[in-house]
Amino acid sequence: MKKALFSAMALALLYGCASTPVETESKPAEPRAQAPGQGLPAAPPLATRPTQPPAPQGDPLKDASNSLSKRSVFYELDKYDVRDEYRPVLQAHGKYLAENRGKKMLVQGNCDERGSREYNIALGQRRAEGVKRMLMLMGASDAQVESVSLGEEKPRCGDHGEGCWSQNRRSDMLYGGEY
Amino acid sequence: MTRLATFLAALFFLAGAAQAQLTIEIIGGGANQIPIAVLPFVGESALPQSITEIVEQDLSRSGRFRAIFVGGVSPPPTEIAQVNFPEWKSRLADALVIGQAQRLPDGRFEVRFRLLDVPKQSQIGGIAFTLTAAQTRLTAHKIADFIYEKLTGERGVFSTRIAYVVKQGARFELRVADADGQNAQAILISTEPIMSPSWSPDGTRMAYVSFQNKKPILFVQHLSASKQPAPVANYRGSNSAPAWSPDGRQLAAVLTKDGSSQVYLMNADGTNLRRLTFSGAIDTEPFFTSDGQSIYFTSDRGGSAQIYRMPASGGEPVRVTFEGDYNVSPRVSPDGKTLAYISRNSGRFQLMAMDLDNKQVQTLTDGQRDESPSFAPNGRIILYATDVDNRGVLAAVSSDGRFKQRLGIQAADVREPSWGPFLGN
Repeated sequence: MKKALFSAMALALLYGCASTPVETESKPAEPRAQAPGQGLPAAPPLATRPTQPPAPQGDPLKDASNSLSKRSVFYELDKYDVRDEYRPVLQAHGKYLAENRGKKMLVQGNCDERGSREYNIALGQRRAEGVKRMLMLMGASDAQVESVSLGEEKPRCGDHGEGCWSQNRRSDMLYGGEY
Repeated sequence: MTRLATFLAALFFLAGAAQAQLTIEIIGGGANQIPIAVLPFVGESALPQSITEIVEQDLSRSGRFRAIFVGGVSPPPTEIAQVNFPEWKSRLADALVIGQAQRLPDGRFEVRFRLLDVPKQSQIGGIAFTLTAAQTRLTAHKIADFIYEKLTGERGVFSTRIAYVVKQGARFELRVADADGQNAQAILISTEPIMSPSWSPDGTRMAYVSFQNKKPILFVQHLSASKQPAPVANYRGSNSAPAWSPDGRQLAAVLTKDGSSQVYLMNADGTNLRRLTFSGAIDTEPFFTSDGQSIYFTSDRGGSAQIYRMPASGGEPVRVTFEGDYNVSPRVSPDGKTLAYISRNSGRFQLMAMDLDNKQVQTLTDGQRDESPSFAPNGRIILYATDVDNRGVLAAVSSDGRFKQRLGIQAADVREPSWGPFLGN
């Protein structure tokens, strides 16, 4: 959310906001208006994100300690809204996609086995689309993410009961090369 | 690679399919059954199957006939003059079938039969067929169709075919079989799910949804299998729920390329795509009425999944179902009078029938997970998917709900039935 707000502001500055720039944040953005490649690169960007381990020793998508390794969102029965607990994960993926424009993602929506197979395709699609929209809000582009549905056709858990069904009501995020 | 494997599999008739035939179990009786005696056809032992047996099973399975014991008649009559009518009257038969089979000099066979009216002691009709040994089953089904039509006034469906999907482990097969479940052939084999098979109105092509490319894509396959199945809708997002227009020229389908699941119309080869619904909600499961004028579909535009009807060219939809919060999978009977659909009632999914004239609704089944209804082309029977002990089986119910039967395959999940059209149409 913060990231989205920041991007929106940066965008507004870039295009020259019509309102009078009385906000304090307008100042640090000014140096970026200079043509790139001129002079030494400013150091601050590195210092502003000390929380991210800068060591690129492994693939962040597969590093268990990185939220990018989390790829699933689970749902209540008949529901398709992304619960708050999954927002940090989607935020991480949205940011990753924004920073890696060459990366593509397939979001697969799934349902439990109850009800019409075709209706479940539509419900799974709505779940996947919800994830896609949130990723776009976090910085991903439309072209990077395709949302599709597997309906009830590819259950992760094959038994018949809520213990299984809750695992199957799910959206999965797969990066190019993983599907 | 998968495509190639699928294509190769589609090319070959599966000789091994014989041990995985559908078996039929009748689980409910119908009222007003016509008592009929089908006497052994003289000389039929020269044929690979007993025509008499197949005819008798077809008629019994329809729920409209009751087979009368035919033992103790030797030799069976082949001409009306040889029939002891008082005997059959005392056995309470209303109709009698007699016939014979003989090998022709060219190796083919001739089968002739007569349908007799016992109370009137007269012939109702009869036909002679020339056939190869491989056409024995089909000939028997045609004889049953003739008898059914003469005695009920409606066209029989015994010589029609059905399609269904079988899941065995990680293997999916789209199969086509005779209406009695026999003579099954796999027309498509895949390691990824197959769903929503739909016969073209002329019975030559099958539209279905394949997941072989990790997402639902719509294909049309020619049953002659000389052509590779062709994708007709492979847009960004999901492509599913194919439904043929009655003239076979167009397909309605559900695409998500513009956002939510919406109904689109295209030519049968996928060209000339245009969007029919504009709801932003879920619109899916389109189904043409047989006059081609309307499309029924499922939508949650009103807050819950309900059935709607709209003009086949698009336009303002009218809501059709109002009871409950989950009414899906609309299918209209060939005569346009009945709407079959699935309703969720207290957590159970059941097959319903609505009289479209007076809007009266009847619950046809009492299963837990009934789905995917499909009308026989004469509208008399509805085939659907259900489960027994968590295994998918097919079931059939007469459209008045009186007669029920189950069709299952041992150790396999059977689902997604679709009843094909009348032959020769």
